[in-house]
Amino acid sequence: MKIAIAFLCCLISIGLTVSLNRQWGVVPAFGRLLSPFEGFWQNAETKDAASEQHISIKGTRDEVTVLFDDLHVPHIFARNDYDAYFAQGYVTAQDRLWQMEFQTHAAAGRLSEVIGERALELDRDKRRLGMAYGAEKSLAGMLADSATRLVLEAYTAGINAYIAQLKPARYPIEYKLLGYAPEPWTPLKCAFLLKQMTQTLAAGADDLLMTNVRQKLGAELTANLFPDYPFKEDPIIPVGTRWDFKPVKIPSMPASTETDSSFALNWPRHDPAIGSNNWAVGPEKSATGYPILANDPHLTLSLPSIWYQIQLVTPTLNVYGVSLPGAPGVVIGFNKEVAWGVTNVGADVLDFYRIRFRDNRQQEYWHDDKWKPVRRRIERIKVKGQPDVVDTVLYTHHGPVAYLPDEKPFLANIPTGYAVRWIAHEVDNGLKTFYLLNRAKTYDDYVTALSFYAAPAQNFVFANAAKDIAISPNGRFPLKWRAQGKFLLDGTKAANDWQGWIPAGHNPRVKNPPRGFVSSANQFSTDPTYPYYINWEFETPDRGMRINQRLAAMQRVTVDSMRRLQNDVYNHQASTFLPVLLPRIRENDLSENQKRALQTVRQWNYQQDTATVAGTIFMEWMGHLERAIWGDDLPESPGRPMRFPNASRTLQLLSEEPDSRWFDDVRTANRHETIQDAVTVSFQHTVDSLAKQHGPLGKTWAWADHKKTGVRHLIPGLDAFSALNVQVGGGSGIVNAAGRRAGPSWRMVVQTGPQVRAYGVLPGGQSGNPGSPYYLNMLETWRKGELYELLYLQSVPQKHPRIQSTLTLTR
Amino acid sequence: MLPFIVIALLSAVLQFFLPWWSIAAVAFGVCFWRSQTGWRAFGNGFLGVAVIWFFYALVIHLQTDGILTARMAGLLLKTRSSIPLLLLAPLVGGLVGGFAGLAGQQVRTVLAANRSSTLKRV
Repeated sequence: MKIAIAFLCCLISIGLTVSLNRQWGVVPAFGRLLSPFEGFWQNAETKDAASEQHISIKGTRDEVTVLFDDLHVPHIFARNDYDAYFAQGYVTAQDRLWQMEFQTHAAAGRLSEVIGERALELDRDKRRLGMAYGAEKSLAGMLADSATRLVLEAYTAGINAYIAQLKPARYPIEYKLLGYAPEPWTPLKCAFLLKQMTQTLAAGADDLLMTNVRQKLGAELTANLFPDYPFKEDPIIPVGTRWDFKPVKIPSMPASTETDSSFALNWPRHDPAIGSNNWAVGPEKSATGYPILANDPHLTLSLPSIWYQIQLVTPTLNVYGVSLPGAPGVVIGFNKEVAWGVTNVGADVLDFYRIRFRDNRQQEYWHDDKWKPVRRRIERIKVKGQPDVVDTVLYTHHGPVAYLPDEKPFLANIPTGYAVRWIAHEVDNGLKTFYLLNRAKTYDDYVTALSFYAAPAQNFVFANAAKDIAISPNGRFPLKWRAQGKFLLDGTKAANDWQGWIPAGHNPRVKNPPRGFVSSANQFSTDPTYPYYINWEFETPDRGMRINQRLAAMQRVTVDSMRRLQNDVYNHQASTFLPVLLPRIRENDLSENQKRALQTVRQWNYQQDTATVAGTIFMEWMGHLERAIWGDDLPESPGRPMRFPNASRTLQLLSEEPDSRWFDDVRTANRHETIQDAVTVSFQHTVDSLAKQHGPLGKTWAWADHKKTGVRHLIPGLDAFSALNVQVGGGSGIVNAAGRRAGPSWRMVVQTGPQVRAYGVLPGGQSGNPGSPYYLNMLETWRKGELYELLYLQSVPQKHPRIQSTLTLTR
Repeated sequence: MLPFIVIALLSAVLQFFLPWWSIAAVAFGVCFWRSQTGWRAFGNGFLGVAVIWFFYALVIHLQTDGILTARMAGLLLKTRSSIPLLLLAPLVGGLVGGFAGLAGQQVRTVLAANRSSTLKRV
């Protein structure tokens, strides 16, 4: 009996200990997690204390001093380039290790390794898109150049030096929750990170949707509803700018480019809140007589913060700005002489080619009147707790065949049986552009730097202390006939291939335009006089128009007036739609509540601030209105995803074609609906659905509460590590683009001059550790639309009130 | 009292070098070496570990203004208060220590009984 009891006690004790030491599906190892000696407690951090830390590390060539300021921004002082990038890798890993690795795992299609089968489809999608294939090509490009090779190797060595000394107790909290460990960094991971950016910003494609629309409406109506230039636009390169080059021969459009297609796909909608603003005002508009530059890139609002601020100082370099954790150098920033920033171009650099295989063995495909061999690439996906999944991806000269006819695709914009021709599959070296911009002194340096850039194409804005301003929609653009790739392409005809590139020197660019400022907000790069084709559709011109109206009106501009413009919440789209819509409403058809809502909208000043109720009604109304006008004509069906004409075309229809057939609801056979019906009914639906959601018209309809801006941790559902319901105005299509899930991921204003001064803020903080006081410390400043002065040091100061701690790396 | 102090001090030192589950080995060993009843063995093992875990967690919590304790409490326990988590951690550690202590004491009794019965036969 006693033996049995003793045995039972041992069994309970061992069972309890073992089960608390292992991960159960998504449930972490609780014993380890709760232990104050190695669990989450060990991730809790205090503010940087006045301290000096000396770390002896293999790999640096000389002594490196890193000063952390009161916002936990590292200022790296090195005696050579290698050490500067080594230290950047080291401190970035110290603050962001989990994020850098997770993002590159995601880009590489390796999430299943970490979170199991749930991520398998996501991973397969990345492999089929050729992310690894593209990353390998980029890596080759970056290693072929001795300067960027050194940068990559130093940065990688720095990250690995940090990982090597990291004890499991100090692994970032996410490793402890998900139950895995960091692996060594490689230069390929840097390439993956840049590919991920390209996927976020330059992989959207409506080709399939447009093909379905054209099948439904025919070519002529499609051209009418989806024009290649909007009826109102204010392009990035000001209208009237002369092109100072002789264009190369542009391929002519083949007689027949038609393809037919129809697939059962599920459409994850493109978020129009992914975009950006940047501008620079020239010396004549600036209060100081020196240019001022501003930039706010809009990306998914996520935690850890997308950007990591850093200053790099060597005898030949002194740059400050934001970096992407996982890529060396500064992406958006300034140095003593120049400042630069970026917004997304939105060029059409991803096309689909229908592949005709010779037979089911899929070993040859028809192109240019010949059978050509299909190359196979084996992708091995490791799955946590399960055997590996092996996937064979077929490659043609166009690119990888994203999906084969009998498979269910993951993303709607990848059609089955089509090869993907994508800019991200080219050999490139974007790192070189930033390497050179970080060191740029003159306008010519900026032009040279841009010539190396491929993707994702960006509108590079520039200003310098020599009083130049400039902007250039820049990247490597395929040489196409007009609107090539607006629809799916037939991959058997050589005439449909990309026919080379627009020469880098012919990319649109303007320097010191007469209007005294340059700007971009993802609208059209140029007006139709530009000889080359970049895309048929860009973001709505609303943000760009508002910015340009304001900048044109402003004089004696200061940093503070630029800051206020970044936080402008004027709803330009509302100011164009409401004057057209409101007179069309039949008031007699409205209920009491609807009438009061109409009254609210009529009195609105178009300020999309936190408290506005009219703004909530308008934003919801737009969706209902579009469905009322287009939903019957372009119905979504499971096998045939469609899209509606864009907001510009809808506005044109409302204001210039009030008797158009599109207002009629074709689903009602006996009635003929008019513009009044569409406007009135959509307004009624809007008010009724808002009343259902928030109760009777009133404070509960306030925009910020309705919008619910959230800055969320990268792991879905981790609300405890996120900031939810952030009270902030603005939204999609507004200069302050703080939407539900996306918004300004960094705001920066730089006053150039003999003594450059710069300001900035992140919607989060420098640290990626939810247990750090620097994880979310900047959010409130961001929310209020304020900026911090950025500490730009010239040399290691003896004592500085903003310097908190010092880290010295020695050999 | 002695086993409690030994478990607390020994486990505290060892956990700086060894994985968290070394607490089970410590509690087992100490209670095998010295303990009177099962209840006391469990209590010594439980308290020896729990007291150390509680105070260490509390020190970290106070030093870091409880930023992470609050977030983890929200994540694991869906509560805004840090106190339940400050109690849960020592409870979990304590149970591991307690059952290990009990097991140590029980094994000791079995071995002791075997030894005495062997002696009797001789």
